[in-house]
Amino acid sequence: MRPFIYHRATSDSAALQTVIGGAAPRDQPPTSARAQFIAGGTTMLDLMKLDVMRPSEVIDINRIAGLDQVEKTPDGLRLGALARMADVARHPLLADYPVIAQSLTLAASPQLRNMATLGGNVLQRTRCTYFRDPSWKACNKRDPGSGCAALDGFNRSHAVLGVSDHCIATYPGDFAQALIALDALVEIRRQGGERVLAFADLHRKPGDRPDIETALAPDELIAAFRVPAAPWTRRSLYLKIRDRQSYEFALASAAVALDLAGDGAVRQARIALGGVATVPWRAREAEAALVGHKVADDVAQRAAEIAFRDAQPRRRNAFKVELGRRALQRALLETASLEI
Amino acid sequence: MSSAALSVAKEAAAETTPPSSAAERGGAPLANVSLEINGRTYPLALDPRTTLLDALREHVGLTGTKKGCDHGQCGACTVLVDGRRVLSCLTLALMADGESVTTIEGLAGPDGALHPMQQAFIDKDAFQCGYCTPGQIMSAVACVEEGHANTDAEIREYMSGNLCRCAAYPNIVAAINQAKHELKRA
Ligand SMILES: Cc1cc2nc3c(=O)[nH]c(=O)nc-3n(C[C@H](O)[C@H](O)[C@H](O)COP(=O)(O)OP(=O)(O)OC[C@H]3O[C@@H](n4cnc5c(N)ncnc54)[C@H](O)[C@@H]3O)c2cc1C
Ligand code: SF4
Ligand code: FES
Ligand code: FES
Repeated sequence: MRPFIYHRATSDSAALQTVIGGAAPRDQPPTSARAQFIAGGTTMLDLMKLDVMRPSEVIDINRIAGLDQVEKTPDGLRLGALARMADVARHPLLADYPVIAQSLTLAASPQLRNMATLGGNVLQRTRCTYFRDPSWKACNKRDPGSGCAALDGFNRSHAVLGVSDHCIATYPGDFAQALIALDALVEIRRQGGERVLAFADLHRKPGDRPDIETALAPDELIAAFRVPAAPWTRRSLYLKIRDRQSYEFALASAAVALDLAGDGAVRQARIALGGVATVPWRAREAEAALVGHKVADDVAQRAAEIAFRDAQPRRRNAFKVELGRRALQRALLETASLEI
Repeated sequence: MSSAALSVAKEAAAETTPPSSAAERGGAPLANVSLEINGRTYPLALDPRTTLLDALREHVGLTGTKKGCDHGQCGACTVLVDGRRVLSCLTLALMADGESVTTIEGLAGPDGALHPMQQAFIDKDAFQCGYCTPGQIMSAVACVEEGHANTDAEIREYMSGNLCRCAAYPNIVAAINQAKHELKRA
């Protein structure tokens, strides 16, 4: 690990002040900034040991008071960015949002969930092996313009949706799929102000700058996520398919929420797909295809086909197209049959 | 983790942070930190890079906590911080400043009597080489404490963050089942 200076912030304004001193220029990705935040540290320290992240100043935000709350608001739910995954997953208020609780419980391990924060979780970085190992020269995400070793390499775990010729790395997180499905918003603090962003606009597809992963500036701090209350949040679930039954990232996953009419026909559907895309992935056309229909085998299958219509598989990850479809199909059928 | 685990294993080998010179720290000053470990307070001056795991092993001399992967993937370094199980390899010692840490050395009673979970691991033969065992036991204590030891399936799920290369898994489940009853009685 490279040497760094450690700061402990006890207020968000102090954290912002410190980070501005070491911020990268605005057109540079926050992850290349000289000064960076550390929350749970489970992504940061891992990647600092691998020499992928190289901050020379680290700002510990864990002791900023008031950012770890889970609260009910007039509009829905507000989840503080410093709340720990384990605490949120078992919070009673999450009972009306099972897809969120499940996306958290099915992630990582009990120890990691005790440590990791919601803010850090959505900003976790890809598990692409070439990205994580700097002895590989070609990685546009780590070193812009160097190429992409995964295009023709070991790309079994890589994405089939939202890819570009510059990067096909999968966005690995689970919780983000629940957030994007439920139309969440992100509260962002910056020096002298605050802004609110649709969660769907937080992550950027790789395009020709895979190193710029989010719409956050280096001097912005995520304060909370807001999840609007809606008729579909209770009838929701997260289905995760992986190489082993637990403690593993998704090969394919689906976050599904449905609002059904009395006769079982879909009034509104919300679908997000994990493990298969470069960013948290909302499948809006598949949602539209469900409206007005009862969720039967053929209806679910058609929605799943639509969701993967634009998939661009590579040599070793073509199986993800079929796996992803079947995961979504099963998730739709299971969600429709939930007793709520 | 499968493929990634292999690729990090080689780098993880033995990077520790022993006492370093200012030059080696890139000019960063030593940082003062006070850790309460197993009920005793240790004031330390550390290179900011020092993980809680390295602080325990290299600076305090408590080598019961093990370094397996050093990347959050195996659970060998599990300790309790303020009663919660966490991975000491992905925690900076500075982040734990002022917090209370319990390691495997802190489980036995003052008279040396083993903790019921330690005794259960012996009774049920829940290890072979023993390298993962301190982490397994710390995790198991927390697993019971959290109320996640009700069925075998639940124990397996909530112990999934602790890998055992010797695959002592069935006996680990048996040990937790034995200890949970004794802990309930206690
Ligand atoms: C072995 C292993 C298995 C895992 N398995 C899974 C899994 O199955 N599913 C899954 O979803 N995740 C998984 N993870 C990833 C884990 O969930 C993330 O590492 C964790 O959620 C990151 O949160 P953190 O608080 O530790 O973030 P940190 O490591 O502290 O920070 C991560 C990034 O976010 C930035 N940051 C943190 N908080 C803020 C904030 N409030 N505002 C602005 N920037 C901020 C940091 O600067 C850094 O760039 C796994 C991790 C490991 C090590
Ligand atoms: S897929 Fe993206 S992260 Fe992986 S090697 Fe290619 S550019 Fe790097
Ligand atoms: S040493 Fe493997 S998880 Fe910490
Ligand atoms: S007993 Fe050998 S690794 Fe678990």
